[in-house]
Amino acid sequence: MSELNELYQQLILEHNKSPRNFRVLDRCTHDADGYNPLCGDHYHVWVNVENGVIMDIGFQGNGCAISKSSASMMTAAVKGKSVAEVKALFDTFHAVIMTKIGDEVPDATIEALGSLGALAGVREFPARIKCASLAWHTLVAALNGAGSSISTENNG
Amino acid sequence: MTSTSTAPSFDVGSLRSQFPILGTTVHGRPLVYLDNAATTQKPVAVLESLDDYYRTQNANIHRGVHHLSEVATFEYEKARGKVKNFIGAADVREVVFTRGTTDGINLAAHSYGRKFLTEGDEVIISAMEHHSNIVPWQLVCDERGARLRVIPMNDGGELLMDEFAAMLSARTKLISVVHVSNSLGTVNPVNEIVALAHRNGTPVLLDGAQAVAHMPVNVQELDCDLYAFSGHKMFGPTGIGILYGKKELLERMQPYQGGGDMIRSVTFEKTTFNDLPYRFEAGTPPIAAAIGLGAAVDFIGRIGMSAVRRHEEDLLRYATERLSAVPGLRIIGTAREKAAVVSFVLDHAHPHDIGTILDREGIAVRTGHHCTQPVMQRFDIPATARASFSLYNTREDVDALVKGLAKVREIFA
Ligand SMILES: Cc1ncc(COP(=O)(O)O)c(C=O)c1O
Repeated sequence: MSELNELYQQLILEHNKSPRNFRVLDRCTHDADGYNPLCGDHYHVWVNVENGVIMDIGFQGNGCAISKSSASMMTAAVKGKSVAEVKALFDTFHAVIMTKIGDEVPDATIEALGSLGALAGVREFPARIKCASLAWHTLVAALNGAGSSISTENNG
Repeated sequence: MTSTSTAPSFDVGSLRSQFPILGTTVHGRPLVYLDNAATTQKPVAVLESLDDYYRTQNANIHRGVHHLSEVATFEYEKARGKVKNFIGAADVREVVFTRGTTDGINLAAHSYGRKFLTEGDEVIISAMEHHSNIVPWQLVCDERGARLRVIPMNDGGELLMDEFAAMLSARTKLISVVHVSNSLGTVNPVNEIVALAHRNGTPVLLDGAQAVAHMPVNVQELDCDLYAFSGHKMFGPTGIGILYGKKELLERMQPYQGGGDMIRSVTFEKTTFNDLPYRFEAGTPPIAAAIGLGAAVDFIGRIGMSAVRRHEEDLLRYATERLSAVPGLRIIGTAREKAAVVSFVLDHAHPHDIGTILDREGIAVRTGHHCTQPVMQRFDIPATARASFSLYNTREDVDALVKGLAKVREIFA
């Protein structure tokens, strides 16, 4: 059970139950749709960027506890950060959850993630990594304005 | 000691011992395999036939005069004969080897649909089709200017037969429906569907992917015109399947893929096509897989489909009863006639999370839309968790599932 407890820890369950920023933004500069066709997880992310800083962010949609809590924690983490900081944070987060089972993740790295570090346990569950990264890929797609919709099946 | 035997001849313990994978562990727990609708496990007899083929019989078929080619051809055709008997076809020429159900339906869509559909014609499918019995028809209907119509279902997952009857008209060119639903477990009233369709002069294709390994299927009794299924869902290898077709119909259909084996003579001016069933088998087929499917048919034959059906009916009853008692659990698919497939959702826990937690208990279930997104839309749910049973499952497997769900509820309390 220990890996399961690690995955479904209180913080994650709590975000799943009461997701933060679970709302549509009336005003937004960027938004995107994120979809995992394999499991049906589907979110929409709206962001309001002013002078390169994320002033507000909201999301809606549904999916598993991992995808929803990750989306919720992401919105809490990125508010007030610059777009560059957010992309760097995602890189760190992505590197942690992609770390091979058995390889060490430095404590400092986990710490740098703040509460997002709670999702580090997902790396023990390779089938679930896409759940944890879905909202992030959606946010990055919105910020890049690359297109209004992404799918996990062409965004690792 | 087991509470599972449903017939004196049905010894689930000895059946289980023929499936090596059922003796393995997952995450340190004994495997409880409840994903049989996705694919079934393989008995030793099938594994050995594959091994034997590659070790002692491997050659290409229908081409060489040398000894091995004759042996391989003989074994390949013997497998076809076994399948013919298994489904009660009238003639081996009605048994076409394909890559699987999907391939068989695509063959039908191409060879029947592209030949016979014209503007304004209609193809009827049902609301509970697997994507493989939706998309090929959408493609061919789009191309031909034909219309795809859908038989609706009720909240239990049963087709509305009155609505179906009302849809039939001179425009109806084909009915293609699933025999047993992979996401709801519904066993459709296929005899009635065929009777109504034939009264309208319309041929019927049945998607038998979830039927053949779970109940007796006799294509002549069903009187269906086409019947598609997959080897890997009936204890055989992947990469092989069957499209049965009535001879008169297959003869009128155009070839599917072009290539070797499907021709009689080729010149740059004109090609004449081979006889049935080879006309639909272009290129080197999966010979070993066909022979392995033959071994799977032998394996099933030794048990008897009626005994399998009785055993699985017991499992379905028991699983339905135990799962219904789990607080917050709702079964999706409550038709009166069901196969041993139980799809469900659980309050506060997403199917994907259920799947992960059960997996850590060694329990394999499928979670998601099961390639039936319209079914999910019909029931207004994003996904389900699905336990699907086979002849080697036991009541103890159901108990393990229920225990695993208690763990899920503990985490998502
Ligand atoms: C009802 C039904 N039809 C068609 C298919 C497709 O079978 P295959 O993937 O073997 O071609 C499946 C299998 O998932 C199924 O359950």
